[in-house]
Parts: sequence; C-alpha cells; structure tokens
Amino acid sequence: MGGHLNINHLMFLGQGALWTIGLSVIALIGGGIVGFVIALARISPLKSVRLASATYVQLVQGTPLLVILFLGYFGLAAIGLKVSPLTAASASLTLYVAAYLGEIWRGCIQSVPKPQWEAAEGLALSRTQRMSKVILPQAIRIATPPTVGFMVQIIKNTSLASVVGFVELMRSGQIVNNSLFEPFAIYAIIAVTYFAMCYPLSLFSQRLERRMGRGRSNLAPA
Amino acid sequence: MHQNAPSSEPIVSLRDVQKSFGPLRVLDGVSFAVQRGEVLALIGRSGSGKSTALRCIDRFEKVDGGEIVVCGHRVDRPDVDLRALRQDVGIVFQSYNLFPHLTIEQNITLAPCAVKGIATAQARDLARKVLAQVGLEEKLHAYPEQLSGGQQQRAAIARSLAMQPKVMLFDEVTSALDPELTAEVLKVIEQLAADGMTMVMVTHEMGFAKGIADRIVFMHRGKVHETGPASILTSPTTPELTQFVGTGNLKS
Repeated sequence: MGGHLNINHLMFLGQGALWTIGLSVIALIGGGIVGFVIALARISPLKSVRLASATYVQLVQGTPLLVILFLGYFGLAAIGLKVSPLTAASASLTLYVAAYLGEIWRGCIQSVPKPQWEAAEGLALSRTQRMSKVILPQAIRIATPPTVGFMVQIIKNTSLASVVGFVELMRSGQIVNNSLFEPFAIYAIIAVTYFAMCYPLSLFSQRLERRMGRGRSNLAPA
Repeated sequence: MHQNAPSSEPIVSLRDVQKSFGPLRVLDGVSFAVQRGEVLALIGRSGSGKSTALRCIDRFEKVDGGEIVVCGHRVDRPDVDLRALRQDVGIVFQSYNLFPHLTIEQNITLAPCAVKGIATAQARDLARKVLAQVGLEEKLHAYPEQLSGGQQQRAAIARSLAMQPKVMLFDEVTSALDPELTAEVLKVIEQLAADGMTMVMVTHEMGFAKGIADRIVFMHRGKVHETGPASILTSPTTPELTQFVGTGNLKS
C-alpha cells in the first residue's frame, strides 16, 4: 500500500475526468443523431416504422445500461468481434441515449399544437416542409431544457463504462484507490468532480426552462 | 383527368356527403354548391355538422360517401392531389394558428416561397400587399405574440391570401374574439367579399351573415335543413330555423 495522494494521482484522475467528458460527448452526438431518427420514426405515417421504433425504445428502456454495456463488450467478443472498451462503451451509450432522447424529442414534436400542423397543411406545405419549417423549429425550443437536463444523466451514466475497463473518471478513481487505499477521500474527490460537471448543466437547464416561458404564447385558445 | 371547372361550374360542390365519427353520424347526405364570387354562410347549432362540412372541403376530414368537387379536384377520392387542392383553397381557423417562431412577414412568405417557388424579394412585396389589404402594413416585422387577437386573425387572413386561393374557407374566425376585435376582422372579410372573393364561412354572427352572404345554408343534425338567400334569416320557413334565429342569434 503506497504513499499519499499526490499530484500524479490527481493528474490521472483529471485524465479520467476528460474521458468522462469525451465519452459523454460521443454518447450525446451518437445518441442525438440516432435519437433524432427514432423520434421521427415514432411519429411516422407508416405503422411498421412506428412499431419498429417503439419496440426498440421499449427494449432499451427495459434493459439496465449495465447489461447493455456487458452485452456490447463481452457479447460481441463471444461472437468473434473484438471491440475496444472505448468502442463498446460508445456504442452501448449511443444506443441507450438514442432511446431516451428519441422519446423526449418525440414528445416535444407532438407537443407542438396540432392546429400548427393543420395551418401548415392548409398552406399546401409538403410533410417535409411542415416538419422542417413549422414543427421542428418550435419543437427544438421546447426540447432544449429537457435535453440539457438529460445530458446530466448521460455524464453520470458514463461511470458504468468502468465495468468494461474503460478508464474514465470512476475507473481512474478505482485504480488510484487500489494503490492508495483511501476510498473515502478518493471517492469524495470523484463525487465532487461529477457534481462540478453536472451542476452547471442542471442550472443551465433550469434557466432555459424559465426563459422558454416567453415566446410561445400563440397556443390555441380553448 | 379532371380539368379545371369552366366558369359556369360551381367552385365548390358537395353531393350527398356522408361522414361519421365512430357511431356518430355528423354529415348525413349534405349537398350544396358555391358559385364563383359567391359568399355562402354555413350556420347552425354546435354539433350540427357545419364545421365538419367546411373541413371536408379542404380535406381535413375524409368523407365516407358522396362527392366533393373543389376547383376541379375530386376531394372525395383517395388519390386527390392534396397540395394542388390546398393551393386553390385558403383556410382560416378560429385559433388563427400563426407560426409563433416566425415574424408576420415570414408567416406570409413561407408558403409562396416553399410551395410556389416565388423569389424572396417578390414574396416580400406580396407580403406588403396582402398586409395592406388587411390594414396591418406596420406589423410586417412583428411576431404573432406581439399582436392582438384581431390583428393575428387579420394576419392569418393575409397569409392565406398570399397564396392567391380561388376560394377561402373561414371556420368560426371570430369566435375567439371580443366584439370590438370581431368587428375589425369582419370588416376585412366584407372587403374581400366586395372584391369578389369566393367564400364559405361557418359563423355564429347572424347579423354579419345576413349582411354579407349571398346564400345561407342552415344545418341541423347533419343535414341541410333549410337553404336560400339571406332573407331566410328574417323569414324562415322551418320551425328549427325559426327557433335558431329566434333565440337571440340574430344580432344586427
């Protein structure tokens, strides 16, 4: 059991923290892209597309992220696909985030009042034009606060990637602890670091939500 | 396959139109026609089917049976070209439905640019022209939320006019407005009528209907119960219309 917490340990934890941010960004971008497709598929005029996307969402939401990570890492290895911890973690988180963001965004798209669709239809806009010029710009404003709020969940959930050996903040804490054996001090540092990443986002999300109150007053009168 | 109607043909014609929502029969053999330049007012109690009839014209509702021809489009057929139909038909709703994220000018230029491919500069001129028609030139760069209800409804009418429709549908466009704001919207519609626009309107403003409509269609229980010139409002022949206009509905 060796020594005290020193600058090298902190550097190592800092590197882990950077990977936490990196993995979060990968998950957000990957999950955002796939999630956008899911959101559109969930409200598709084609029943089969709606059904397939709904099944996907239900499957992912009904499975613990931990299990998805294990499946991604060990499952793919078992069928002969050797993937790195980063690839496995990125892919698993992307699938996970896509299911949740897809549902959040579907809700936001559907919360644009139906008369807005009708007004756009009445002006002879095509479905794509209605979506891109009328509905999505309004849905994005509605979606921003919950999306930023969900980013907090993503950051915290990347800690699970430590189980497949990906050295992000949590895993780097475990490694440092293995040599120092000062669990309380080290995990306190880890906790504070996660908090420092998440809290600003939470605040930002709340501020956005308050600001959203304005500028959307053209809802249909009862 | 279907040519545009020659001028003697009606712009809008419904023949024996049937429509049910589940077990509820909303339209039960509705027939009427609207000639070019004519103003037709659909009146009746809530639930009489008048709004549904109007929405069927623009195919916001699909009919179960009967025939609807609008500007040569067979609206009752599943293969009707909706985008072509809706370029010929303008519709204005009770709840205005302006796009809140766009300025009034952008609200107006959106469809002419996106659907008809008109150049931006030309579309802006068009926006000024139609806003002048409804008396709102100074609101070109305002957002809908900055306008009163009456102004929003006039802007919505202008937005519809910018597509240069052959017929305009008005679905209880003043029902969400107080009397003062109602008056400014009705004035705009009166001007449109004077300019020769073909219009079908669902309205509860009996005084207005009497003043502007060339023909009245009184709907009752999903059927056209009584129809005729505006004078039927003062001398109705059926007991139902007598009762309808007699219950304080006829304001002048």
